[in-house]
Amino acid sequence: MAPSSSGHRISRRALLRGTAAGAGAVALPTLLTACGGPGNEVKIGSNASDAVPRKAFAEVFNAYEKKSDKKVKVNTVNHEAFQEGINRYLKGTPDDVFMWFAGYRMQFFAEQGQLAEISDLWKGFDGFSDALKAQSTGKDGKQYLVPYYYYPWAVFYRKSVFAQRGYEVPKTFDEFRALAKRMDKDGLDAIAFGDKDGWPAMGTFDYLNMRANGYDFHISLMGGKESWTDPKVRNVFDLWRGLMPYHQKGANGRTWQEAAQSLAQKKSGMAVFGLPHPGQQFSAADRDDLDFFPFPEIDSAYGQDAVEAPIDGFLLAKKSKRQKEGKELMKYLATPAAEEIYLKRDPNNIAVNDKASTSSYNALQKKAVDLVSNAKQISQFMDRDTRPDFASQVMIRAIQQFINKPNDIDGLTKDIESQKKTIFASD
Amino acid sequence: MPLTTARRAKRRGPRRFTSRDLAVIGVLLGIPVLLDLALIWGPTLASIGLSFTSWDGIGDIHWVGIDNYKTLFTDYPPFWPAVRNNLLWVAFLGLVATPFGLLLAVLLDKGVRFSRFYQSTLYMPVVLSLAIVGFIAQLVFSRDQGALNAILANKNDPVDWLGDPDLNIWMVLLAAAWRHTGYVMILYLAGLKSVDPSLKEAAAIDGASETQTFFRVVLPTLRPVNIIVGVITVIEALRAFDIVYAINHGRNGLELLSVLVTDNIIGEASRIGFGSAIAVVLLTVSLGFIVTYLVQELRGGKKG
Repeated sequence: MAPSSSGHRISRRALLRGTAAGAGAVALPTLLTACGGPGNEVKIGSNASDAVPRKAFAEVFNAYEKKSDKKVKVNTVNHEAFQEGINRYLKGTPDDVFMWFAGYRMQFFAEQGQLAEISDLWKGFDGFSDALKAQSTGKDGKQYLVPYYYYPWAVFYRKSVFAQRGYEVPKTFDEFRALAKRMDKDGLDAIAFGDKDGWPAMGTFDYLNMRANGYDFHISLMGGKESWTDPKVRNVFDLWRGLMPYHQKGANGRTWQEAAQSLAQKKSGMAVFGLPHPGQQFSAADRDDLDFFPFPEIDSAYGQDAVEAPIDGFLLAKKSKRQKEGKELMKYLATPAAEEIYLKRDPNNIAVNDKASTSSYNALQKKAVDLVSNAKQISQFMDRDTRPDFASQVMIRAIQQFINKPNDIDGLTKDIESQKKTIFASD
Repeated sequence: MPLTTARRAKRRGPRRFTSRDLAVIGVLLGIPVLLDLALIWGPTLASIGLSFTSWDGIGDIHWVGIDNYKTLFTDYPPFWPAVRNNLLWVAFLGLVATPFGLLLAVLLDKGVRFSRFYQSTLYMPVVLSLAIVGFIAQLVFSRDQGALNAILANKNDPVDWLGDPDLNIWMVLLAAAWRHTGYVMILYLAGLKSVDPSLKEAAAIDGASETQTFFRVVLPTLRPVNIIVGVITVIEALRAFDIVYAINHGRNGLELLSVLVTDNIIGEASRIGFGSAIAVVLLTVSLGFIVTYLVQELRGGKKG
């Protein structure tokens, strides 16, 4: 469910593994992962199943192999399947180091004692901001994550479309709405929109909430501490409802890939996306034409302070028998050099380390760096800022329902609130 | 029949089995019984047990009584749509796809021209997994890029076949029926081949019309096939999963009990207790069909 570029195809292997584990036959994955070599080898659990990131990571690990005379063995699993199987993965025999996400989603597993603490490593880290450290820290104040890259969310558009029609980048929500209305009149779908996979629309909700109610309220809402029936939340849905006529119709039947294609084909004017999403659907020739602006201001008290920028990184499994080797690898992954190798191959993200060179960045990446470094607060994404069961079981459905029937906000928020209570009470 | 009784009586001796026989029987019966207990009854009972807990798969197991069921029935919006869709699935496959398969089988059995060709064409979807059928359905029904909307050429207001929760279940049922029909057809074709032609001839001599012959003579002789087809239809409907999962993870109008179980247990959510409760509901629904079937079978056996 996390923003992924792999689409939503299901992996039968993961399903089988899940089912087998459910039936008590955990022996299979154990056997599969147990046939590793001696101590000069490190195993990495990778969710980078798409071609571009997969190759980019392979280069990083190759570089590490050369540098350290350690062998790195990568175990790649389909992106979505990796997420879905994460519980069973950690409970069985996880690889030593594995890819995961910052924030609540990391803390959730840290709390359950599945992750090895790496606070000692953090003492030696250089080039990571305090915001990054906060996102890598568990609720117990210890560090668990080595952050690797960001991909900020923003409103994407085509420069040529804006130039040709004389559109201007909106700064406030009123200007945004006015622009959407104008695009609508010009025969465009103002806002490209696809939510078939359930998660892409969460980005829009996050931004509306952070702009209207501020970052603190948003995080507290995601943490289950606020009521969803609060007028502030209803206001968010209300603002969204006002925009619905300018969103592409039939979003629940459209993947984000198709939505991004309509932006590339100049059939729609704008789209709320993460940095890697539209780029992949644009042809190489069109990519220079892609640009973005930060989500417009709704309440001047909060301005455009908060930026939604999910961080991906690496975690060390508590169960790993190669803690030392794992930490050494993580230490390397935290260096600017390791990030540079990756980003040269996959220019759809930006480095988290301040010291990483930006000379190979394209214009869009440079702009993204500005966006993130000027942000006063950084959020992760709805499904990373809240409990995974709440995001996947309640919010995906709620937002899809809202897209179908934007008028029943009271019923919707009541529905979410009562489910939230059961889920957050289950601890 | 005195002869058999006599034989049986002869066989009955003071010692029927040697101890070795008993050991062999014990092992041969014991292994399957143990396997059955371990692989079927064990997980089933474990699910029922877990459905009364709030286990998340990692931490301690807490007993919560019937809380999961209460939540399920009152505070879990996808539940009732899933039950409704599962029943709709049974009804659609049972009342539309299965009779249609029978009709095709009868037509083909009469020996229309090119019947081999039709037979293989109709059977072709059966070799595809339902997940693949799901992907094909997306190519056909996608709103922006699907084949159907391209044929209809309704560019200005395309129908959102898979995104509209009032429509998509029917599209998916069509896709599932596309496969099911071929399956049923091939079973009935085999059955029809084995119907004694002299029965039909006798009926014809007695002056029965073709429809009468079919419903009064042929169909009753197909009873064993009917039962198999009935059971298959129910199983297919209750285990339906891959097709909706391939299309949109079984959300937004395509909810099914099997998907809810998977989402809660295998997905990141990891609400194993809650997911087990849904699984128990699915088990209960299935038991309903199984019991009805067994009762009918036993009654039918007595009558026969």
